[in-house]
Amino acid sequence: MSARLQAIGFWVAAAGLLVALALPLSSQAAAAFTSRTGLLVALVAAAAAFALASWRTPVSTVFGLVGTALGCAVTVMLLQDPAIAGYASWGYWLMVLAIWLGAILASTRLADLSAADQVTRWLRDLSIPLLFGVFLIYLWEVTVRGFGVSPVLMPAPTSTALRLAQSLPTLGEDFMQTFVRSVLAGYAIGCGTGFIVAVVAYRYDFLKRGLLPLGNFVSALPVVGIAPIMVMWFGFDWQSKAAVVAVMCFFPMLVNTLAGLAVAGPMERDLMRSYGARPLQTLLKLNLPAAMPFIFNALKINSTLALIGAIVAEFFGTPLRGIGFRISIEVARMSLDMVWAEIALAAVAGMAFYGIVALAERAVTSWHPSYRK
Amino acid sequence: MTNSAVALPRANWRPTAWVGEHAPIFTVVAVLFVVWYLAAFLMNAPQVRDAFARNEVKYTFSELVAGTMEAKRPVVPAPHQVAIELYDSIFGYPLNSPRNLAYHAWVTLSATVVGFAIGAIFGILLAILIVHLRTLEKSLLPWIICSQMVPILAIAPIIIVVFGAIGIRGLFPKSIISAYLCFFPVAIGMVKGLTSPDPIQLDLMRTWSANKLQVLRKLRWPASIPFLFASLKVSVTISLVGAIVAELPTGAQAGIGARLLSGSYYGQTVQIWAALVCAAVIATVLIAMIDAIAKLTARHMGAAT
Repeated sequence: MSARLQAIGFWVAAAGLLVALALPLSSQAAAAFTSRTGLLVALVAAAAAFALASWRTPVSTVFGLVGTALGCAVTVMLLQDPAIAGYASWGYWLMVLAIWLGAILASTRLADLSAADQVTRWLRDLSIPLLFGVFLIYLWEVTVRGFGVSPVLMPAPTSTALRLAQSLPTLGEDFMQTFVRSVLAGYAIGCGTGFIVAVVAYRYDFLKRGLLPLGNFVSALPVVGIAPIMVMWFGFDWQSKAAVVAVMCFFPMLVNTLAGLAVAGPMERDLMRSYGARPLQTLLKLNLPAAMPFIFNALKINSTLALIGAIVAEFFGTPLRGIGFRISIEVARMSLDMVWAEIALAAVAGMAFYGIVALAERAVTSWHPSYRK
Repeated sequence: MTNSAVALPRANWRPTAWVGEHAPIFTVVAVLFVVWYLAAFLMNAPQVRDAFARNEVKYTFSELVAGTMEAKRPVVPAPHQVAIELYDSIFGYPLNSPRNLAYHAWVTLSATVVGFAIGAIFGILLAILIVHLRTLEKSLLPWIICSQMVPILAIAPIIIVVFGAIGIRGLFPKSIISAYLCFFPVAIGMVKGLTSPDPIQLDLMRTWSANKLQVLRKLRWPASIPFLFASLKVSVTISLVGAIVAELPTGAQAGIGARLLSGSYYGQTVQIWAALVCAAVIATVLIAMIDAIAKLTARHMGAAT
């Protein structure tokens, strides 16, 4: 986007905020802006910040962000008035649109900033997605409360957060059941056996040529479907979920490890032979380290699969706890804020799990070209 | 030239060589079947033994084996039981009867295909936007990756409830869940594919003063086709999983997921296995179809295959 277009955009956003002052805030008889001095000052300040942001220097990015933050604060505060929440009108939505435009432009500016050193670049690349996420939550909040969407359909993020804070013990119990017991156990068993079978199959070529096409085939099947069978075999508690997770994790691990073990070329193998290395030594010192990127690829794929598998398996029968159980129960009771709280829990757990695996990968395969600067 | 090069190995094709090459697969599959039958015998034996004991009938070993192979509610059904159930439930009832497995398969398949189409198109559009807008790449890409860390299937009930409240029921909400699941591999693969042209090639386009649309149409898009088909193959299975799972928490009346659920409620083990085999067959056929389209496209684009 050209700098000129950006400047025009910022002016439009500033003008939008000021024009919104003249339009009705609510379809009900709500007090106009003139009686809310604090908010009025903040809104004018936001408009001024947007106007300043049109100035083409790196500093102006800060003005854009400040304007967005002020605008967001004002619009959220306005929703505390019961005459506005649910009855928001043109003036209000014009404000939100202007802030949205300002936010897009400010984040574009931020993305275009040149960062001299490593830390600033890291900060910039981290802050953009974070701001994007926060703004998305803001839009969700404003839309749900501004239009007065029924909490049965779509709860506002604040009510979900409130519910999350209130029901921490329940969430903790569900987390223990689904994540610590089912997912971690199944993940360890599935990845472990997949790895061992792959190493054995690598040793015996006949087995490898038989297992590899089969593994590829099964990887492409909807494996979660075995959940009802596992529940039938292993009962309602976490063992059956762990079994589903283990089966789901097994084949990606097998296929990836086999591919990884084959990476070391004839040159390297010849070198090991010229050192007089025994097969076990070659495996430990050459093949396995070379296979690590592939193994971690499988570990990362499995970290997402595992959580999905455990939650789906809970739809087929559980003791009275677990993320999947709670979700299906609370949907039936129409308390969607609890459902979203569970989803937030699952999301945070899933991301943390993935993040830990990714960090471990970085530590173990730091020699890999993809980490070179 | 390329044609004769392709024809050459065909001329030397010998059945024995083919068998030799595929012997390991057949062996593994055969071993699996043996293990399956053994498991069916071992897991069902206690139940059959109890039944004999209850009726105070003396039984021989061969009777015990026969009993485990034909148990009404086996712990592990024998392969032939699944095959018979599959045949019966597809050809034993009229096509539109809810007892016909083909009917359920069709319900799930249609949701899968619609969801797959929505997801694939959305993924491609997203990738094109991400490749062209730097802000979007920085702000959206991390969230797309995070969105897959979320067990999306957990959202399935909500999507069904929300759409149901607006008055949209049946196929569409299920397809949305499929689409939500399967746009990800397409978007990631296409971002990779659209950025796969070398800087040299992009420079050449610039020397021809091609605009962004022309670069997209003549360089980036053709270069991304192999990536596209690789991602499509992954996402078609995910789409099927999405459609099946979407049927679980909502108490759907039809579909493979509903079949799994009712099988698990009423202890109809053989029915569950048959539905699973059916899902596997659908997945295989879908992937084979995409493979075939990929080959046709590659030939059309002049690949030396």
